[in-house]
Amino acid sequence: MMMGRPQGRGPGGRPQAGQRGGPFMGLSAPVERSKDFRGTLKKLLARLRSERLVLAVVVVLGSVSVVFSVIGPKITGNAMNVIFDGVLGKALPAGLQKEQAVELLRARGQGQLADVLAASNAVPGAGIDFKALAQVLALAVLAYVLASLLAWAQAYIMAGVAQRTVYGLRREVEEKLARLPLRYFDSHAHGDLLSRVTNDVDNIATTLQQGLSQLLTAALTVIGVLAMMLWISPLLALISVITIPLSFAVTIVIAGRSQKEFIAQWAETGALNGHVEQMHSGHALVQVFGRRVSAIQQFNDQNERLYRASFRAQFLSGIIQPAMQFLSNLNYVGVAVIGGFRVASGAMSLGDVTAFIAYSRQFTMPLLQIASQLNLLQSGLASAERVFEFLGAPEETPDRVGATAPRTTSGHVEFDRVSFRYLPDKPLIEDFSLDVRPGETVAIVGPTGAGKTTIVNLLMRFYDIDGGAIRLDGTDIRELPRDAVRRAFGMVLQDSWLFAGSVRDNIAYGKEGASLDEIVSAATAAHVDSFVRTLPDGYDTLLEEEASNISAGQRQLITIARAFLADPSILILDEATSNVDTRTEVLIQQAMARLRQGRTSFVIAHRLSTIRNADEIVVMDGGRIVELGDHAELLRKQGFYYDLYQSQFAETVGVDAAGRANIPLLQPAG
Amino acid sequence: MLIRLLRRYIAPYRRQIAIVTAILLLQSVGNLYLPNLNADIINNGVAKGDTDYIWRTGAVMLGITLVLGLFAIVAVYFASQASMSVGRDVRGAVFDRVQSFSAREMNRFGTASLITRNTNDVQQVQLFVLIALTILVSAPIIAIGGIVMAIREDATLSWLLVVIVPLMAAVIGVLLMRAVPLFRQVQVKIDRITEVLREQITGVRVVRAFIRVRSERERFETANADLTDTSLRVNRIFALAFPSLLAIMNLSTVAILWFGAGLVDRGDMPIGNLTAFLQYIMQILFAVMTAVFMVILIPRAEASAQRIVEVLETTSSITEPLRPIAPQRLSGLVAFADVTFAYPHGERPVLRGLTFEARPGRTTAIIGGTGSGKTTVVSLVTRSFDVTSGAVLVDGVDVREQALEGLWARIGLVPQAAYLFKGTVAQNLRFGNENATDAELWRALEVAQARDFVAAMPGQLEASIDQGGTNVSGGQRQRLAIARAIAKRPAIYLFDDCFSALDAGTDARLRMALKAETGDATVIIVAQRVSTILHADHIVVLDEGRVVGSGTHDELMRTSAGYREIVESQLGAAAA
Repeated sequence: MMMGRPQGRGPGGRPQAGQRGGPFMGLSAPVERSKDFRGTLKKLLARLRSERLVLAVVVVLGSVSVVFSVIGPKITGNAMNVIFDGVLGKALPAGLQKEQAVELLRARGQGQLADVLAASNAVPGAGIDFKALAQVLALAVLAYVLASLLAWAQAYIMAGVAQRTVYGLRREVEEKLARLPLRYFDSHAHGDLLSRVTNDVDNIATTLQQGLSQLLTAALTVIGVLAMMLWISPLLALISVITIPLSFAVTIVIAGRSQKEFIAQWAETGALNGHVEQMHSGHALVQVFGRRVSAIQQFNDQNERLYRASFRAQFLSGIIQPAMQFLSNLNYVGVAVIGGFRVASGAMSLGDVTAFIAYSRQFTMPLLQIASQLNLLQSGLASAERVFEFLGAPEETPDRVGATAPRTTSGHVEFDRVSFRYLPDKPLIEDFSLDVRPGETVAIVGPTGAGKTTIVNLLMRFYDIDGGAIRLDGTDIRELPRDAVRRAFGMVLQDSWLFAGSVRDNIAYGKEGASLDEIVSAATAAHVDSFVRTLPDGYDTLLEEEASNISAGQRQLITIARAFLADPSILILDEATSNVDTRTEVLIQQAMARLRQGRTSFVIAHRLSTIRNADEIVVMDGGRIVELGDHAELLRKQGFYYDLYQSQFAETVGVDAAGRANIPLLQPAG
Repeated sequence: MLIRLLRRYIAPYRRQIAIVTAILLLQSVGNLYLPNLNADIINNGVAKGDTDYIWRTGAVMLGITLVLGLFAIVAVYFASQASMSVGRDVRGAVFDRVQSFSAREMNRFGTASLITRNTNDVQQVQLFVLIALTILVSAPIIAIGGIVMAIREDATLSWLLVVIVPLMAAVIGVLLMRAVPLFRQVQVKIDRITEVLREQITGVRVVRAFIRVRSERERFETANADLTDTSLRVNRIFALAFPSLLAIMNLSTVAILWFGAGLVDRGDMPIGNLTAFLQYIMQILFAVMTAVFMVILIPRAEASAQRIVEVLETTSSITEPLRPIAPQRLSGLVAFADVTFAYPHGERPVLRGLTFEARPGRTTAIIGGTGSGKTTVVSLVTRSFDVTSGAVLVDGVDVREQALEGLWARIGLVPQAAYLFKGTVAQNLRFGNENATDAELWRALEVAQARDFVAAMPGQLEASIDQGGTNVSGGQRQRLAIARAIAKRPAIYLFDDCFSALDAGTDARLRMALKAETGDATVIIVAQRVSTILHADHIVVLDEGRVVGSGTHDELMRTSAGYREIVESQLGAAAA
C-alpha cells in the first residue's frame, strides 16, 4: 500500500507560509479574499508566459509521475494475488487440475472457498510462484522509483520557475517605485505601501511555489485514483465516492460554525493587542498615575475573554480533522467488509481489495489538500491583486524626448506666474512670480503646516506645476531631464534620512564615485569629521535605524556633509532642528552658513538672523503664499509677517504676549 | 528556551496533557487494530469462506471506528484547552512583567518589541503547543504502537522496520540539517529586502534629489538576487524531501511483500497478516513524516520563546524597598544631592554632580539641549531610573527608600510625548484621579487652555479619543496631557518638555494659569525653548550633564555664558 502523492505542504520561501489555511488557520489571520479572483489569476498566470515551455515540462512530469504512483498499488495488488494463489495452491493436493479442485470443494460443501479458488490462478500443490512475484515486484519498484524521480524533477524545476518569476516581480516592483510620482508616496500610507511590496510579494512567492503545482498534482491524483477505483470495482468505488460529499458536508458545517468563533477570536485578539499596545506605550504614565493594578486587571479580563473565544474556535475547527478520520475509517471498514464478501464470492481478487484499500486511503488526502491549497491560492491572489494595483498606478510623465542637461548651472531661478494645486479643486499657489539671482537667499517662513515644503516640491520637480513656468538659468525645468534639475540642487531636510550603511557610504550618497578625500573634506566642512573620528569604526561605523551611536544632531550634520559633497549651485535647507543639543545646534548653524556661501539658497527659515538677512522672504500660511518681500518691506506692510514677527519679538523681550500674538514664528524646537 | 518556557507553563495543565496523551495512545492502538481485524477477515473469513465471520468482524470494526471518533473529539477538546491556556498564561506573565519594568528595561527592549513579544510571539508559542499536542506527540505514539503491533503480528518481518525507520530518520535528518540554516538565512534576506524598500519609500525625496535611483537599484538588485538564490536552494532541497520519503515508503511495501511471501509460503505467517503488516508500516511512516514537517515550526517557536523568556527573565532595575520609609511631611520638596547618572552602557555619565532644590510653591526650570541630560532629571524623580551615585530626595527621603506607589501618588507627570489612551476625554483626565468631578475636569481643562476645543468637540467630556490620541492635534494632545496631570492634583508637577507643540501665545497663557493653579505644589519644567521658562522662579542650566548656570532669567543673562548661548541660538542675537 502506498501513501499519497507528494502534496504535503513543502515549505515555500518562508516556513510560516505553509500554515495559512491549514488545519490551524485559526491562529493566523482569516484568509483574505481577492475581489476579482479570475482576473487576478489570469494576470498572475500571464506572468508565467515566458516560462510556458518549462511549465509544460512541469505539467508533463507531474502527470506522468501521478500516473506511475497511481498504478503502483494496482501492481502490488497483483503481487498480493500471486502470493494468495500460492497459499491456495499449497492447500490443495498436487497433481489436481484447478477445475477438479473447485468441484472437489463444492462437493465437500465448501462452496465459498470454491468460488475463491475458481477466481484465482492457483495451481494445486504448487506454492508461491516466486519468479512471477519477482517480476511483478520489479515492475512495482520501477513504477515507484519513476514516480518519485519525476516528482522530484517536477518540484525542482518548479522551484526555479517560481523563484525566477518572483525575482522578476520584485524587480518590477522596485523599478515601479522609482517611476511613481511623489504624489503617490505622499498620498499613500508608507506602511501599506511597504507591505504591498514586501509581504504581498512574499505571499505570491509561496503561492507560486506550492500552490499551483500542488493543486495540479492533487487534482490529477484524485482523477487517477478515482479511475483506478472504478476500474477495480465500481461497487466499492461507489462506497468511497459516497463519503466525499459527506466529508465536504461535514467540513462545511463545522467550518461555517467555527468561522463565527474565529471572527470572535480575532475581535478579542484585536482588543487585547490594543490594550497591550496602549499600556506599553504609555508605560511611564500607567506607573506614575498609579494605574498598574487596574491595567493588569483589565488585561486579565481581556485575556480571559480571548482565551474563551480562541478555545471555542480551536476546538470547533479541530473537530474537522477527526471527523475526516472518522469518515475515512468508515470507508475503510466498508471496503474491508464488502471487499471481503466479494473475494469470498470469487467476484474479486484479494490483491484488488488490498489495492482498493490503498486507493481509498489515498483518496481523501488530495481532496483535503485541494481545499487548503485553494485557500492558500485565495490569499495569494488577494496579495497579487494589491501588487498589481500598485504596478498599475499612474507613473510620472517621462522626461521630454531630446531634453539635454546643461553642464553647469549658475543658480539663477525664476518663478514666472506659477500656479499649483495638490487637489484640483483647492488652488494653492496662483500666479506667483519671483526672480532669484545667483547667490541670493530666499527665506520661506510661516507657521507649522503652512505648506513650506510645497516650494521644495516644485523646485525639485517632485511635483509639476499646473501653470506658468519655473526656469533654471532661463530654461523651463519641464524641458530638462528631471535628473539634471535635481543635480543643480542640494537638499538638507529636517528629516535626516540616512540609510543602513556606513557613515562613509551615507556621505558618499551626495556624489556618485566620490573619493575618500572628497568625503573627508566634505565631512570636515560639515563638522562631521571630528565626531566620526571618535567613533570606534570611524567612517566605517554602521548607522542602523535604532542605533544610538549617532545623535539626531549628528545625523543632521551628515546630511549637510552629503550636500557639501554634491556641491550644487542651488541649496534647499530646512533650518528646523529637532532633538538637537545646543552645542550641535551651533555646529549645524555654522555648517549651514558655510554651505550657503556663494550658492543660491532656499531656506525654510526658523532663525531671525537668516530671515532678516534674506534677499527675499516668502511668507506662507494655510498652504498659500500670503506675502512676499524683504524684511523691511514686509514690516512696513504691517501684515501677516508683521504679526508673526511681533509675536516672536514680544516673547523675546519678555513682554506678556497673551492674547495678542499666538502665531509662532519659531518652530518648536522639539 | 522553548522547553524551559513550556516546562514551566505547561505544568498546570498536566491533567489535560495526560488525558490527551492517553487518548492518543488508545487512538493509535485502535487505528492499528483495524488492519488487524482486516487481517482476521482475510484469514478467517475470506480464506475459509466464512461470511458470518466477515459480518461480525465488520461490526466490531465499525464500533471501534465510532469510539475512535469520539476519542478524537475529546482529545481535541483537551488539546485546545491546554494550548490556549498556556498561551493565556504566558501572555499574562509577560504583561505583568512588563508592568513592573522601569524605563531602563523599557528602553532596552523598545516598546514596539515588547508589544510584539507580548502578542505575536505568544501566539507562535501557543500554536506550537497545539501542534505539539496533536501531531508531534502522536507521531512517536503511533510509531511505537505500530512497532509493537508489527512485532506481535510477526516478529520475523519486523527486522524490516529496523532498516526502514532509521533510513527515513537519516534522510529527514540530512534534509533538515541542510534546510533549517537556509531557512534562517532566507528570513534574514527577506528582512534585508524590506529594509532597502523601506528606505526607498521613506527616503524617496533624498534618493531622487541626489539622483541615486540607479545605485538604489543596484542595492536592491544585490539583495534580490541574494534572496532568490537562497530561496531557490531551500526549495530545491525540499523538492527532494517528499519524493525521497515516498520512495522509501513505497519500496518498503515492495520489500514487505517479497520477504513476507517467503514466510507465507513456508507457512510461517498467514496471508492476512501480511496485509495488516503493510498497513502498520504505512501508518508508522506516515506519522513520522507528518511530524517531521511540523518540526519546521520548531525554529520559529524557538525564536519566539527565546524572546519571551528574555522578557520574563528580566527583573526590573527599580525595586520596592524592603522597608519603605514614609516621609514625615508631604510638602513636595524635591532635592538632588550630588547626583551622577550614567546609562548602563553609556561611556560618559549623563548627569554629573547635579545638586539643586525644587521647592514647594515655586517653579524650577531645567534647560539645556538634548545631550544635556535634562529629561533624565524627570526620570530620576519618578524612579524610572535610579541614580548612579548621590541621591534624589522627595520630602526629605531618598526616593529609593520610599514605597513606589506612594511616591508616584504625589507626582503629576506630563511626559515629552503626550500620550492619550483610547476612551473618552473624561476617562483620560481621570486617569490619575478616578474621583475627579466633571467640574474639576473642566477646571483642569481651563488651566491647560484646553477648555475651548474640548467644549467644541462632539460630546465634550465624553468625546472619544483614539489610541495614542491621534485624533486630536499635537498641541491639543499636549494640553490634554497637562490637564490630566492637573486633575490629579499632585504635590509635584513634572513637565517634561511638554509645551513644544504649543504656539507662543497659548504657551504663555497656559503658564500664567498654571502658576495660579499649582499654588503650593512644586513645579519642575524641563524645556528646550527659552520662552517657556523665562519666568521661572529658578532656572537650572544644564550642559553635558553639568550645571552651568543657576538663577533667574535676568541673573543668568548676566552670569551664564552657556545660558546666553542658548538664548541667542533660539531667539537671535538681537534678543540677547
